Amino acid sequence: MAKKKNDGYLSAKESRRISRENRKITNAYEKARKRKNVPESEYLTKMHDPNNAVEFDNLHSYFFTDTGVVRAVDGVSFNVPIGKTVGVVGESGCGKSVTSLSLMQLLQRPQGQTVEGEIRLNIGGDKAYDVTKAPNSVMQKLRGNYVSMIFQEPMTALNPVFRIGEQIEEVLKLHDDDHRTEEQFKARTIELLEMVGIANSEGVYRMYPHELSGGMRQRVVIAMALACNPRIIIADEPTTALDVTIQAQILDLLRQLKNKTNSSIMFITHDLGVIAEMADYVVVMYAGRVVEKGTAEDIFYHPAHPYTIGLMNSKPVVGKKVDELYSIPGKVPNPINMPKYCYFRDRCEMCVEQCSGEYPKEIQISDTHFVSCYRFDGKEAK
Amino acid sequence: MSNTNQNDLRENQAIPTVDGEDYLLEVKNLVKYFPIKGGFFGRTVGQVKAVDGVSFHIKRGTTMGLVGESGCGKSTIGRTILRLHDKTSGQVLFNGQDIFSLSSSELRKLRPKLQIIFQDPYSSLSPRLPVGEIIGEAVREHNIVPAAEFDDYITDIMKQCGLQEFHKDRYPHEFSGGQRQRICIARALALKPEFILCDEPVSALDVSIQAQIINLLRELQKNFGLTYLFISHDLSVVEHISDTVGVMYLGKMVEIAPKSAIYDHPLHPYSKALISAVPVPDPKTARANKRVQLTGEIPSPLHAPSGCPFHTRCPYAKPVCSESMPEFKELSKGHFVACHLAEEIND
Repeated sequence: MAKKKNDGYLSAKESRRISRENRKITNAYEKARKRKNVPESEYLTKMHDPNNAVEFDNLHSYFFTDTGVVRAVDGVSFNVPIGKTVGVVGESGCGKSVTSLSLMQLLQRPQGQTVEGEIRLNIGGDKAYDVTKAPNSVMQKLRGNYVSMIFQEPMTALNPVFRIGEQIEEVLKLHDDDHRTEEQFKARTIELLEMVGIANSEGVYRMYPHELSGGMRQRVVIAMALACNPRIIIADEPTTALDVTIQAQILDLLRQLKNKTNSSIMFITHDLGVIAEMADYVVVMYAGRVVEKGTAEDIFYHPAHPYTIGLMNSKPVVGKKVDELYSIPGKVPNPINMPKYCYFRDRCEMCVEQCSGEYPKEIQISDTHFVSCYRFDGKEAK
Repeated sequence: MSNTNQNDLRENQAIPTVDGEDYLLEVKNLVKYFPIKGGFFGRTVGQVKAVDGVSFHIKRGTTMGLVGESGCGKSTIGRTILRLHDKTSGQVLFNGQDIFSLSSSELRKLRPKLQIIFQDPYSSLSPRLPVGEIIGEAVREHNIVPAAEFDDYITDIMKQCGLQEFHKDRYPHEFSGGQRQRICIARALALKPEFILCDEPVSALDVSIQAQIINLLRELQKNFGLTYLFISHDLSVVEHISDTVGVMYLGKMVEIAPKSAIYDHPLHPYSKALISAVPVPDPKTARANKRVQLTGEIPSPLHAPSGCPFHTRCPYAKPVCSESMPEFKELSKGHFVACHLAEEIND
């Protein structure tokens, strides 16, 4: 291998070599994925706990880029219980979106591949599918019917050249098993628009996305996600592009709809305030790994991982006066050359001796609270 | 036309000022309308009233926060103050001097004193210039320092902003968002400004980086006696950095008050709703939170409602609200509010 250079410079020759190797690996994955008539037994599994809607188990999703392998998600495990909201927090690039895209199997292929681990999706009747092994044809039935997604940018999530009604109906028609008529489709679409709090539903049915405001567009995207009564909704920063007053409306709406349909929400955001309001369980991610997880109370009242503590202190809060905000020193390590030790060590102000050792394993510090940090080594809950 | 009446009304409104104070910036009845061209021969068919009679003052060495929903005219105010837009009417006094009466050569002399930091550090830096040149270009242009000291001066400014000397020869794409924002700050600071307009400087950044940039801005303010106008839609950031806060709605200022007053006792129903809508990172309070929930959305500034612009969404609205624009009056010292019912609903 060529001499390691610190400035990240890569010669064209080196880059070509990496690219060739990557293509070999990704081609193998693509080939496995494109097989026809895959027997159900290959992707059929059982949930470890039937009360969970989704179980992420040691998930690894990598991107094979021309400059090296980016381990965007590197060993993520957590559960989404039925009827609960799980908040996933972390900074940009920490792998929260890649985790959710892995569940939908919508990673940018062929570079993006789930290379290891299972994502068990509860499809009811004591059955579960491992979506990482499910072929495309099966995934198409799962998306929308079982899992659906609300995206961050409502403007880019909607097609500007089709009317709102057509776009929602498209979802219904794709997943139509009851052979409904055109009138029934339209009635259902209008019902959906009313459900998400759009007063002028008949009018909006005939409008184009540009005629709606940001908040209304996000409601339409939510209506589209809910069209087939999915069991789990992935909300990927659904309110980041909206104003606070509209954000409050959308969060309220999501809460109401969740209670009405008893589905689970996987809520991805970088805003701790939104998480506190929405989530029953919280997963904190850093550099592709889960550093801490627990109930919202665990995380907000007893944060254990130094990163979680730093994150909490660095956010200004209305009504809480501090002279200087805490800021986590340094920056996230380069995703292509991750260190062998704890990824947070170089930014951590609470290091202990073992931190130079290998990446800390997950330690259970209470019934619901898990943390990956050596500070709690030997302090496990019985 | 009723236009003159409206203007008279504005003249009579109280301007939030206490005489004898050292104000760096005074904005008086600033109006900025954007014409909408359309129809045959591109006639003006309407006006977007982006800023509609706004007055406020900023004391030297302090920070004024400006909050409001998108499209309420926050950024337009900022840009009009810097004369990046022309005004429709009104006055902007910088050190007692009306910046709209200046000739272009006078304005050029004033430019270094008024600087701006933009929201998106990705699009506000030229990708083809090395960082040293980005920061130094205007310094050379305005002869801020003698040519012999130029290099040392730039290095010094970069260090103040948390950048290293070797960053000088690098290009913007080699930096992360937070560091780019530091470059933007260094660029503004290098001209020895008195006033910096911060137009959502931390909105595009992650929480931990946001904290670094906010701390940097505060430190620089202390060291150089800078005055900021801090525009943001994030109320918690504004609370942290500002001394006074102005709340805008649909081109109008609805409330101005010292920070503590506005966050503890907001008087205008819109400020109440805005502050209660901010999510609190504490599960128990967040869920118990009694919200002043607003229905509907901000109306189009093209067809602003009559009377108080907020009456269409206001939970307390009465008939009077849709008839006349409320006066901007001082309810307690330094606390100005534009609401007919301000006394009534705050008893």
